[in-house]
Amino acid sequence: MIRILLLAVMLATPLWAVQPDEVLDDPVLEERARELSTGLRCLVCRNESIDESNAPLARDLRLLVRERLVAGDTDEEVLDFLVDRYGEYVLLNPRADGVNLILWLAGPVSLLAAVVIGAAYVRRRAKAAPTGAAALTDDEQARLDKLLRD
Amino acid sequence: MVTELGHFAVILAFAVALVQMIVPFAGAHTNRKSWMAVAEPAATIQFLLLAFSFAALTVAFVTSDFSLRLVVINSHTSKPMLYKITGVWGNHEGSMLLWVLILALFGALAAWFGGNLPDRLRARVLSVQAAIGVAFLAFLIFTSNPFLRMAIPPLNGQDLNPLLQDPGLAFHPPFLYVGYVGLSMSFSFAVAALIEGRVDAAWGRWVRPWTLLAWTNLTVGIALGSWWAYYELGWGGFWFWDPVENASFMPWLIAAALLHSAIVVEKREALKSWTILLAILAFGFSLIGAFIVRSGVLTSVHAFANDPERGVYLLAITAIFMGGALTLYAARATSLEAKGVFGLVSRESALVANNVLLAVSCFVVFVGTIWPLVAEMTTGRKLSVGPPFFDMAFTPFMILLAIILPIGAVLPWKRGNLGKAIRPMRGALFLAVAVAALVWTLQTGRSAMAPIGALLGVWLVAGALTEVWMRAGRGDLGSKLRRMRNLPRADWGKAVSHAGVGVTFWGVAAMLAWEIEDIRVALPGESYQVGNYEVTLQDVRRVPGPNYVSTMAVMEARRNGELVATLTPERRIYPVAEMPTTEAAIDNGVLRDLYFVIGDPQANGGWAVRTYIKPYANWIWAGAILMALGGTLSLSDRRTRVAGGARRSPAAAVPAE
Repeated sequence: MIRILLLAVMLATPLWAVQPDEVLDDPVLEERARELSTGLRCLVCRNESIDESNAPLARDLRLLVRERLVAGDTDEEVLDFLVDRYGEYVLLNPRADGVNLILWLAGPVSLLAAVVIGAAYVRRRAKAAPTGAAALTDDEQARLDKLLRD
Repeated sequence: MVTELGHFAVILAFAVALVQMIVPFAGAHTNRKSWMAVAEPAATIQFLLLAFSFAALTVAFVTSDFSLRLVVINSHTSKPMLYKITGVWGNHEGSMLLWVLILALFGALAAWFGGNLPDRLRARVLSVQAAIGVAFLAFLIFTSNPFLRMAIPPLNGQDLNPLLQDPGLAFHPPFLYVGYVGLSMSFSFAVAALIEGRVDAAWGRWVRPWTLLAWTNLTVGIALGSWWAYYELGWGGFWFWDPVENASFMPWLIAAALLHSAIVVEKREALKSWTILLAILAFGFSLIGAFIVRSGVLTSVHAFANDPERGVYLLAITAIFMGGALTLYAARATSLEAKGVFGLVSRESALVANNVLLAVSCFVVFVGTIWPLVAEMTTGRKLSVGPPFFDMAFTPFMILLAIILPIGAVLPWKRGNLGKAIRPMRGALFLAVAVAALVWTLQTGRSAMAPIGALLGVWLVAGALTEVWMRAGRGDLGSKLRRMRNLPRADWGKAVSHAGVGVTFWGVAAMLAWEIEDIRVALPGESYQVGNYEVTLQDVRRVPGPNYVSTMAVMEARRNGELVATLTPERRIYPVAEMPTTEAAIDNGVLRDLYFVIGDPQANGGWAVRTYIKPYANWIWAGAILMALGGTLSLSDRRTRVAGGARRSPAAAVPAE
């Protein structure tokens, strides 16, 4: 592995996401590793998950995730391990606790509010009497009544 | 010399914009026709001046004038001509010049085609448009001047960021900017209407074509950006929920809502104050987008200019325009009373539901985008909000939208009957369920994503077709077809756009659900199996390019022994910018893309290769093209043009008191 790294440095080219030598032999574990990787931030990159990133640090993290999985950790334990080490900044899917509840509830709550406001508006329009251009003046109403009578 | 003239033209345009902002506004207020009449020539002159200065900057890039700082930083003599030209807007300063040019273009268009507007409204619209121009021209001149000279010009430039040297990315900013900046027109109309205190059906007609134009271009711009990410970033992702992507997506969502609510204003004189609010917010999100992209407060893969000083200035522009417009809105919105009456089940209600879903989904994207910033400032928690959150929080809204869309599209105005509206859609519904069931049985033991995508995709497309079929009326096939041909283009535009949404839904779902990925080390000459394809790495060689050196692999894909495609993925190194890029090789197909990437050389003489089979990938962008095509069709409708050209006397419009 060191030789590959050296070669890569010599050629001044970056490593790129998931290298063949990282892939685990157990397809189930590998699947879990990939799944976890897409939810973990590459800490030195601009806005990429470690699954997509070319940075050496992302590779280290990918290897770390696989190490933990092989050691028998559950997905949750792997995440806890990484959060302990790197802080919750590493999680692309923020945890729903504390102030983050605002973030998680923003969608449902604002949808509820919008539906209530929208429904109230629609109900008001359904009950409202026509006004303005659509409404008839007394003269017009009288004429209409007359026309309808005839 | 030309450069100095260009520089001078920008400053002159700033002066003209100042005049255009003040004089017509005062004229409209004091009812002086001659003052109001200043607006149109001023708008034209402002546009011509900025067009000249943009041309001057382009000349500097094309002739590689390295006495200009901007050219030195972003160009190089060996760069292909195409990228010398697109390099003009491939940087912060040049793109700001393009931004103000498009802003002036929209002002000029409103002056040229606004003959039907009441004089006072037109004067106010152009004045507000000029105010935006003043703010951005000042920003350009004082913080991001593209015409600065070098004291000692170097012999050659530092080259454009290699990632930007690509046709997909080179052409997406102009589209995006026409979209962002086009929304300024809706904003100007909204503010002018608030000052007038009058919003009526005519206003809805005037504002809709501008929004449609902006939205259509925004659609194309976003699609091009996503397509670029797909083939350039080397693993085939097409959407990252990156702050910069969200910055373009939020105005798109609000503009889509605005398009629909403006119809209600036009046809039914309801939803007025909401539509005004959307028009203000749509441009507000454009401004916030500019702030996000150019200030660097949120890290992103796309952002090119990170300068806190500029960020502060842009934040100030956003605060002034949004603060001012929303204050005006708060003061005046209550006077905008709705007239139309409609029942609980009606087209109006369906469009309200559409607006609720689009606006809330935009709000969710907004909260997710700024949350890391807010959380860190308020609680000190440093956290990330990434794709897993957005996928989960955003997708439900789109699913709901897709479910109600075909029904809402055929509900009658005023008062409808749900049963009656659904009846003709039974065929579409049946087809959608049948296809989804088929997909479900074909793929055993995988996620529900593909069947749901199939259900919604078919439902939307078949629903749109059913609507056109219904609109063609009764009678035999011949008369139906004839009537279909004679349907207004706006009706076709609606059907095509809505079908486009369905096509994109299916593309996204199928690609995410069925993608096959293979990562391995292959020796030259080695073959391996991926899905139904036998892939051979034939050769890897070094190839020189115009301003880069490439490592190019030759790979063959065979199916049942027959050669399907020979692809040449590359890794390029741009020596001047000292940056490597990955050039994936893609065999595009209707049903699947073959996506090959070549990686690092390995110790055993082999190469790391990645092979992807991406089913229905192109449907994602085909759907976006359909949406944009629908927008264009609708824009070309005679009624839209008549709306632009019909002379309505101001007296015909009823004050909204």
